[in-house]
Amino acid sequence: MQSFKTLTALAAPLDRTNVDTDQIIPKQFLKRIERTGYGDFLFFDWRRTAAGDPNPDFELNNPRYTGAQILIAGKNFGCGSSREHAAWALSDFGFRVVIAPTFADIFFSNAGKNGIVLARLTESEVETLLQNAQNIPNYKLTVSLEEQTVTDDRGFKATFEMDPFRKFCLLEGLDDIGLTLRHAAELDAYEAQHDKAGWLKAK
Amino acid sequence: MSIAPKTLFEKVWEQHVVAEPKGEPTLLYIDLQLLHEVTSPQAFEGLRLAGRKVRRPDRSIATVDHNVPTTIEGRLHIVDQIAATQIETLRKNCADFGVELYDVDSREQGIVHVIGPELGITKPGMTIVCGDSHTSTHGAFGGLAFGIGTSEVEHVLATQTLPQSKPKTFRIAVEGKLPQGVTAKDIILAIIGKIGTDGATGCVIEYAGSAIRSLSMEGRMTICNMSIEAGARAGMIAPDETTFAYLEGRRFSPKGEAWKTAVREWSKLPSDPGAKFDRELVIDASALVPYVSWGTSPGMVAPITASVPDPAGAATEQERKSLERALEYMALKPGTPLAEVEIDRVFIGSCTNSRIEDLRAAARIAAGHKVSSHVSAMVVPGSQQVKAQAEKEGLDQIFKEAGFDWREPGCSMCLGMNPDILSPEERCASTSNRNFEGRQGRGGRTHLVSPEMAAAAAIAGHFVDIRNWPISEFAREEVRA
Repeated sequence: MQSFKTLTALAAPLDRTNVDTDQIIPKQFLKRIERTGYGDFLFFDWRRTAAGDPNPDFELNNPRYTGAQILIAGKNFGCGSSREHAAWALSDFGFRVVIAPTFADIFFSNAGKNGIVLARLTESEVETLLQNAQNIPNYKLTVSLEEQTVTDDRGFKATFEMDPFRKFCLLEGLDDIGLTLRHAAELDAYEAQHDKAGWLKAK
Repeated sequence: MSIAPKTLFEKVWEQHVVAEPKGEPTLLYIDLQLLHEVTSPQAFEGLRLAGRKVRRPDRSIATVDHNVPTTIEGRLHIVDQIAATQIETLRKNCADFGVELYDVDSREQGIVHVIGPELGITKPGMTIVCGDSHTSTHGAFGGLAFGIGTSEVEHVLATQTLPQSKPKTFRIAVEGKLPQGVTAKDIILAIIGKIGTDGATGCVIEYAGSAIRSLSMEGRMTICNMSIEAGARAGMIAPDETTFAYLEGRRFSPKGEAWKTAVREWSKLPSDPGAKFDRELVIDASALVPYVSWGTSPGMVAPITASVPDPAGAATEQERKSLERALEYMALKPGTPLAEVEIDRVFIGSCTNSRIEDLRAAARIAAGHKVSSHVSAMVVPGSQQVKAQAEKEGLDQIFKEAGFDWREPGCSMCLGMNPDILSPEERCASTSNRNFEGRQGRGGRTHLVSPEMAAAAAIAGHFVDIRNWPISEFAREEVRA
C-alpha cells in the first residue's frame, strides 16, 4: 500500500449527500477480475451521457478540476454496496483524500486499505470547502496526516479525528495480513480451542 | 458476585476475540466466509501473489449468484464474456484452494444469503463475513454477520480473522401486533425512513420486541438484510424456538446429541435482562402501514396512503437539493398520491425477499388475477431449493397463469449485473433493497416494496394499498401464507 504523509493538491467539489458506491462505480464494471484500471469508470453514469459522451454538467468534468487529488463531498459518502472497486476507482482516478462530514462503514474500511485518507470535518467546514472549491480558481488544500489537519493558504484550518492504528498503517503504507500474522501463535491456540465448539462449525 | 449483564452482540464478540493488541483493533475470529464470483477474484489472486493458502477451506463456501443469467438458455451459454470469465475464475479458484462451490448446475445454487441459512451453514452465535453488504441477513439467526471489501476477503481467506474496532450497540424494539397487510419489509422500510440511511452508522442493531419475535425466520432475514441501508455494520436477532425449528434437520445443522448441545449453547446467547445498549429506539408495530419508496435512497419512503413530498417543505437547504434531485431522477411531481403512480416492471426477488414465504405471499395476491397489460413482471426465486419448493406447492403455476415470468435463481434485477435490467425511464416495483440511481439499469426508476405490494402493483398497473386487496377464494384454499 502507498504510504501517505502530507499532500498539497487541487480540490474538487461534489456537492451531493449519500453518494453511494453504485454511483462511484456502476455494476457493469464489477465483472472484471483485475484490481486496477477502474479510473475511467469512476462516477461513470454521472460523467458520461447515455450516449457515452462526457457530461458537461458534471462537476468533475469541468477542466478546472483536472488533476484534482482531493475530493470534497456531502455526508454519508460511500454508502451502499461493499464493493472495494469504489476505492480502487477513486485511487486509480488520482484521488488520495476524500473530505466529508461522514462516511459509510464498509467504504471507510476499504479506503484505508487502499491508502486513501478519509477526513471527517464538520458540516459547516465541509460547506466552506465546497464553496471555496466552486468559487476560487485553482483552489488547493493541504492535508497532513501526521498533524491530522486540512488547511488552505487563505487561513482555513480544520482538524480531523483518526484512529491511531489506522493512521499508523497509512503513514507506513502497511497492510493487514502481515500484521495479523504477528499473532500466529495466539491464533493457533485460539483456533484449536474454538474448533471444539461444534455448534459454531460451518459444516 | 454477579456478572454484568451482556448483550447478544457482546456475547458473540467476546467468544471470538483472538487477540487484543494494545492500541490496535481487536483480532476477531471468523467462523464462516461466504464467497461469490464478483468480490473474490482479486482476493484469491492476492493469495497467489503472496504464496499463501486458504487457512480454513472448511470455513468457506462459494456460489455464483450476482452475474448468472436467470433463463436456462442464458445459463448454458453466457453471452457476456467478461461475466463468463469471472464465473470461470471462481471455479478455478475454488478448485485450486479447496473451497466447496455450489455451481450454476448445483441443486443448492442460489443467492449466497439465501443458501447459507437454508443449508444450515448459518448458525446462531457465529461470526460470518462475505464480500457483500447484505451479509447482515445472517444476523437473523443471532450471529454477527457483516459485509467486507475484497482486501478483507483476502485477509479472512489467509488468516480466518479480521482486525475490527468494536462497534456500538443499538437496540430497536418493535412492539405490538402488526396490522394485516403489513410485513417485515414494511418494518425495516419504516425504520430506515425514521432514522435515515446513516442513522445506525458505526452500530450493530439488535432488533427485539414482540413484533420481531412473532416473525418467521424469513421475515427476520428481510429485516436484518436491510440493516446496511440504515448504515449499520450488522443487524442481529436473538435466537429462539423459531430459529431452532428452522435449523433442525437442515443439511449442515448438528444432529443427535450434537443438536441438543448446540441448542443449549445457542440458548445462552440472548441479551441478558438489564444489558446496556449505547442507543435504544421503540417502534409501535400497530401503527405501521405498507410503505413505498419514492426517491433514490432507501430512507426516502412514505406510507402507500401518502403523496410524493414537496422539496419546498425540506428542513435544510442540503435536504431540499437532495429531494429535488431525487424527484427529477424519479420523474415524480410533488403532491402526486403514491397509489396513482403507474409502473412498467415488477421484480420479485433478491436476498431481501426471494424466500419461500415471500413467494407464497406474492402468489396469494396474484392468484386468480392477471398482470396488467402494460406491465412486465418477473419472479426470481432466491435459490434452487426455494424454486423446487415453490414448484412443489404449485406457486410457479399461479404466477405463470397470472402472467409473471418464472425464472432461475440469482441476484438478477436487484443490481442488474446479469441481463435482467430496466431500460432508461422504466419504473419498477421491486422487492429488492436499493433504489439508488441506475441500480437496476441506467435511468431506471426503482420503488422498494414488500412482495405483496409488488404483486398487487403488477396486477393493478400502479401501486395499491394491499390492505384493500381482494384475496380470491382460490388463493384462500390453495395458498396458505
